[in-house]
Amino acid sequence: MALSRFASSSRSGSLLKPLSSAISLRRPISTDTTPITLETSVPFTAHQCEAPSRTVQTTANELLTFFRDMALMRRMEIAADSLYKAKLIRGFCHLYDGQEAVAVGMEAALTKKDCIITAYRDHCTFMARGGTLLEVFAELMGRQAGCSRGKGGSMHFYKKDSNFYGGHGIVGAQVPLGCGLAFAQKYSKDEAVTFALYGDGAANQGQLFEALNISALWDLPAILVCENNHYGMGTAEWRAAKSPAYYKRGDYAPGLKVDGMDVLAVKQACTFAKEHALKNGPIILEMDTYRYHGHSMSDPGSTYRTRDEITGVRQERDPIERIRKLILSHDLATEKELKDIEKEVRKEVDDAIAQAKENPVPESSELFTNVYAKGLGVESFGADRKEVRATLP
Amino acid sequence: MAAIFQGVGAAATLSSSPSNSFVPKKFLTSPRRSFCVPSSVVVRSDGSVNFDLNSKSRRAQQLVANAVATKADSSAASSSSNPGHELLLFEALREGLEEEMERDPCVCVMGEDVGHYGGSYKVTKDLAKKFGDLRVLDTPIAENSFTGMGIGAAMTGLRPVVEGMNMGFLLLAFNQISNNCGMLHYTSGGQFTIPIVIRGPGGVGRQLGAEHSQRLESYFQSIPGIQMVACSTPYNAKGLMKAAIRSENPVILFEHVLLYNLKERIPDEDYICNLEEAEMVRPGEHVTILTYSRMRYHVMQAAKTLVNKGYDPEVIDIRSLKPFDLYTIGNSVKKTHRVLIVEECMRTGGIGASLTAAITENFNDYLDAPIMCLSSQDVPTPYAGTLEEWTVVQPAQIVTAVEQLCQ
Repeated sequence: MALSRFASSSRSGSLLKPLSSAISLRRPISTDTTPITLETSVPFTAHQCEAPSRTVQTTANELLTFFRDMALMRRMEIAADSLYKAKLIRGFCHLYDGQEAVAVGMEAALTKKDCIITAYRDHCTFMARGGTLLEVFAELMGRQAGCSRGKGGSMHFYKKDSNFYGGHGIVGAQVPLGCGLAFAQKYSKDEAVTFALYGDGAANQGQLFEALNISALWDLPAILVCENNHYGMGTAEWRAAKSPAYYKRGDYAPGLKVDGMDVLAVKQACTFAKEHALKNGPIILEMDTYRYHGHSMSDPGSTYRTRDEITGVRQERDPIERIRKLILSHDLATEKELKDIEKEVRKEVDDAIAQAKENPVPESSELFTNVYAKGLGVESFGADRKEVRATLP
Repeated sequence: MAAIFQGVGAAATLSSSPSNSFVPKKFLTSPRRSFCVPSSVVVRSDGSVNFDLNSKSRRAQQLVANAVATKADSSAASSSSNPGHELLLFEALREGLEEEMERDPCVCVMGEDVGHYGGSYKVTKDLAKKFGDLRVLDTPIAENSFTGMGIGAAMTGLRPVVEGMNMGFLLLAFNQISNNCGMLHYTSGGQFTIPIVIRGPGGVGRQLGAEHSQRLESYFQSIPGIQMVACSTPYNAKGLMKAAIRSENPVILFEHVLLYNLKERIPDEDYICNLEEAEMVRPGEHVTILTYSRMRYHVMQAAKTLVNKGYDPEVIDIRSLKPFDLYTIGNSVKKTHRVLIVEECMRTGGIGASLTAAITENFNDYLDAPIMCLSSQDVPTPYAGTLEEWTVVQPAQIVTAVEQLCQ
């Protein structure tokens, strides 16, 4: 039944073509680690380098993990949408649904020693780096259990122990920070790399080119990843960039254009980029992806693009649907099992939200903590201190 | 009574430095505390010379040098038997930087022409030869990005010292300094500290033109999460540089273009100046004059005239621009009841404006007269020498102000 549904699907352009199917018997949810070889839907386009092969190796276990992780992220973002409309999340909320493949594929190619830094659309990247749902929802609702103790908000998620450096509100400013992280890795001889993510809107910032120049001069293991969802808030890429070939704009720096809705392609590209950066310095990856929501919750997302476009992408290129079809076509799990996973994930998200709602708001004294790192035993209350205490450490 | 100290305080930060495998050198608190022994350290001029108050700038420079030499002599008399060594302010900065780089391998320097060229004001001369290109980094002219890179590196535990060739150029990096440097510790809920030092020369120089004579301390002062200090003598330059590097917080160290060639004798021993402490330059009874950086020398020059006229001004170099050392300042106000602030910032929104507000809020009851604040004019600094002179506060104006205040 799974196969027949697969066969009847006429939108085959984006389906992965199996070269060999290692599994002939249908089994319950597979934790099999026998390698499966597949081809990515589109080949990579390269600039100033050799593109990696289209052929990727994966396992049943990995595919199911991808499915689960992306389903979790999708559910989380949709739940955040409802919470925002219920006024439990305030301010700015930028949702990542549609782009999950980039976060999940990237994480699969890296270790926790590698650093990731991104802009404000960071909920899913934070999750991929090992964040918990409670930390996400508590931070979004401004509660104590949030990853930044409720003081950062949607745009300031950080996880130091997994080398996730956030979470930045000002467009483009995170890229020089990312190159600084790469510099520190080179300085300390870490043999790790930094992925600095930015969007197509940020790609026109001067500081990117400055940072790329310095990274190339100093041979830093920096990978600049442009998550090109084709719209910088309300401005389409062709209206903002004279040259929307973002992977080529590094000029002297090699670049690779990747189908960002294909998690296996993302993983392959990131593995390639990591190897490249450790030997040859910076490289640019352009992830061709799409966001279903508007730029943020205040943007309906339909004034600058048609609903047909959005549904079209959802039908043809959705990352979760791809993996679902792949799993079903290879008989790695049944339709029902996948639905069960989705139900499980939904329950997890609901539980986390309930828990986060119970969580208290920060104490008022938290207003003044973490302004400065403690040193000399002095507490600081702003430029003119009402009380000056100097205690020896 | 809170202990005011110069030195030991950085121990807390030493232990948290991740890859510091050095045993910290024992550092002594310097005996050169000019306020602790009132009888021996009051700087009284010889008295007889009546300075021409409309003196040209060159004469002023000679007088500045005199003021320093006098101070050094008197404090040398009261210091320990160790004679110390004499050097210029930029050399003191370099010494501080070099000692910290030797002590902690995480300290690195980045800036334009700091490496092979040796620094445009020679603060980093020969450091690249000694420590290599990975620790003393020549950057392209891209302040926004290399300041951002310094901040990113600091997030992982490195301790970069970012040099702005002129403080004014750091306006290009304002976003990085304000949003990332100042705020990341807070917005990450304390996960990241940014132990970066941003330093560079600023202030009005010798006919450098409007864009190269800016006073950035007034623009940066509202940024939460950063500390700002201004050095004025070789002694405090070295001490503040070392304290800033050891601090876990981002520190902006303001130097002044005209003070780099000041000469002073400083101790041979390792010492650090407290980042949040003001310096008592000259204790007195009649009026508290608060100043910092180059204006300290104009104030001391005016002090000579004032002493001749029978006034006894108390001069405090506030050094810490953010946060203010309200302890020292408050004690002084309680003693003298009159305050004059002499600063190089512009009238509008400068350090003087904030300091006036802070003192009024906290010590209003102790004031016998409204606070007077002498600042630079709210104009772009002109090129013509005479006009430039009138942009900043001159000793004559300080004398007049004190006379007015003490009526």
